[in-house]
Amino acid sequence: MERDPIYMDNQATTPVDPRVIEAMVPFLGEIYGNAASRNHAFGWAAEEAVDRGRSQIANLVGARPKEIIFTSGATESDNLAIKGVAEFYADKGNHIITAVTEHKAVLDTCQALERANLAEVTYLPVDQYGRVDVDDVKKAIRDETILISLMYANNEIGTLHPIRAIGALAKERGILFHCDATQGVGKIPVNVDEDGIDLMSMSAHKMYGPKGCGALYVRSRGPRVRLRAQMHGGGHERGMRSGTLNVAGIVGFGKACELCGQELEAEAGRLMSLRQRLYTGLTENLEEVYLNGHPTERIPGNLNLSFSYVEGESFLMGLNREIALSSGSACTSATLEPSYVLKALGVGEELAHTSIRFGLGRFNTEEDVDYVVRRVSEVVVRLREMSPLYEMAKEGIDLKSVQWKT
Amino acid sequence: MAYTERVVEHYERPRNVGSFAAEEGNVGTGVVGAPECGDVMKLQLKINPQTEVIEDAKFKTFGCGSAIASSSYVTELVKGKTVAEAGAIKNTEIVTELALPPVKIHCSVLAEDAIKAAVADWRDRAEGAGAPKKDAA
Repeated sequence: MERDPIYMDNQATTPVDPRVIEAMVPFLGEIYGNAASRNHAFGWAAEEAVDRGRSQIANLVGARPKEIIFTSGATESDNLAIKGVAEFYADKGNHIITAVTEHKAVLDTCQALERANLAEVTYLPVDQYGRVDVDDVKKAIRDETILISLMYANNEIGTLHPIRAIGALAKERGILFHCDATQGVGKIPVNVDEDGIDLMSMSAHKMYGPKGCGALYVRSRGPRVRLRAQMHGGGHERGMRSGTLNVAGIVGFGKACELCGQELEAEAGRLMSLRQRLYTGLTENLEEVYLNGHPTERIPGNLNLSFSYVEGESFLMGLNREIALSSGSACTSATLEPSYVLKALGVGEELAHTSIRFGLGRFNTEEDVDYVVRRVSEVVVRLREMSPLYEMAKEGIDLKSVQWKT
Repeated sequence: MAYTERVVEHYERPRNVGSFAAEEGNVGTGVVGAPECGDVMKLQLKINPQTEVIEDAKFKTFGCGSAIASSSYVTELVKGKTVAEAGAIKNTEIVTELALPPVKIHCSVLAEDAIKAAVADWRDRAEGAGAPKKDAA
């Protein structure tokens, strides 16, 4: 192998930007104070760094710094938002609305609340592109509805929900709106006020920051959102999340947000043109390649394709020393089940098994894309030659009419 | 998930990929699995009607690397065996040879099923063609 492997799985995680690392390094070494130590300069230095990070994050999403609650990542943020609201507002109602294509951190949290009889949850369907219908949200609202939780952008297919319309609806009906914006923040413009978001989950490692550091935006006015803490202890983060702050992580997260903000527009344009190059290259070389997700309403760096007659895992196996891609989401690839997100879109299981997620990011180049197009085309051609399904389809057999022996 | 060396080796250099020509005689074809399960194996055995020895084998597989490796290995395993011997092959032999992890054992089961299906198909055809009836393997 002549070249370094290409990383094109940027919805799983992103490499840490060198400028972020540079900002973090002092806080892994000489600046080691506890941000909660109020009585000496060591603590003040850490606190100052945390304040700065908080502001950088708040700036990117149009929030006030004090509305940013630091967590270990988006999974914790989702847990805190959903359980925290369900528990705090229990006397107001117990009904939550979400959708079937949400991240497992939301779905599993909702199911845990249901099992504990702490909530009733409506899981809305999505259309063929993975979007919820605002009318469906409206119809699902009951007197007891306390929370709507919908993601900004889907982690597998990149599809964007009509967030602003949902935010407006939630506001109109006096219901809190939580948005898991892990895949959206830093990639597309997100503004908690304009979007009508009351709680928002974010993660540093999806935007070229470090792993193990995330945040939950919690609206402080109009309305002031309250939460029942899920992590008890010293009362850090306005009592919503105890635990000594990860100062270096927060510094990196803040820097990552600052960079995303500065580069967002240019980077979105660049990624969209790379994605178009990738899509055009692959569909020119190969027949029967299908797009999963919305053609335009998606984050710039995501392309999810089904390559008929070629099973996804064998596809990745043919490339995994040269190119990092994902089949379904990294969180579910330990199972053999095809993606629940694609199923929810109505993609047949046979096509769901052939889906591949290309996650373009800041460090991908046109040269990377051209290499991926060439190698993916080669692997697909080779595996189709080996595929009995491809052979049958070429012979004119309708695969849906076959009685399979399982 | 990391793959065992043997699986990678079969995946990268699969043995006996292909199909026999439709008009070729003495061929039994087994197709097992389903596209919605993510695995379909087609195994073809060319069998000498006098000796019942498997003289050649070919496969095509839609499935993960372990499914491809299992079917590739099976084509090597059955060649030169009689139909009865091939029918007695157990999936555990494939698991051992390829060092398949527990989540991939179904690939070996599918490969065993493919042998049985191909043999059964060959028998059906042979009987259809008026050949003397043999006891099922």
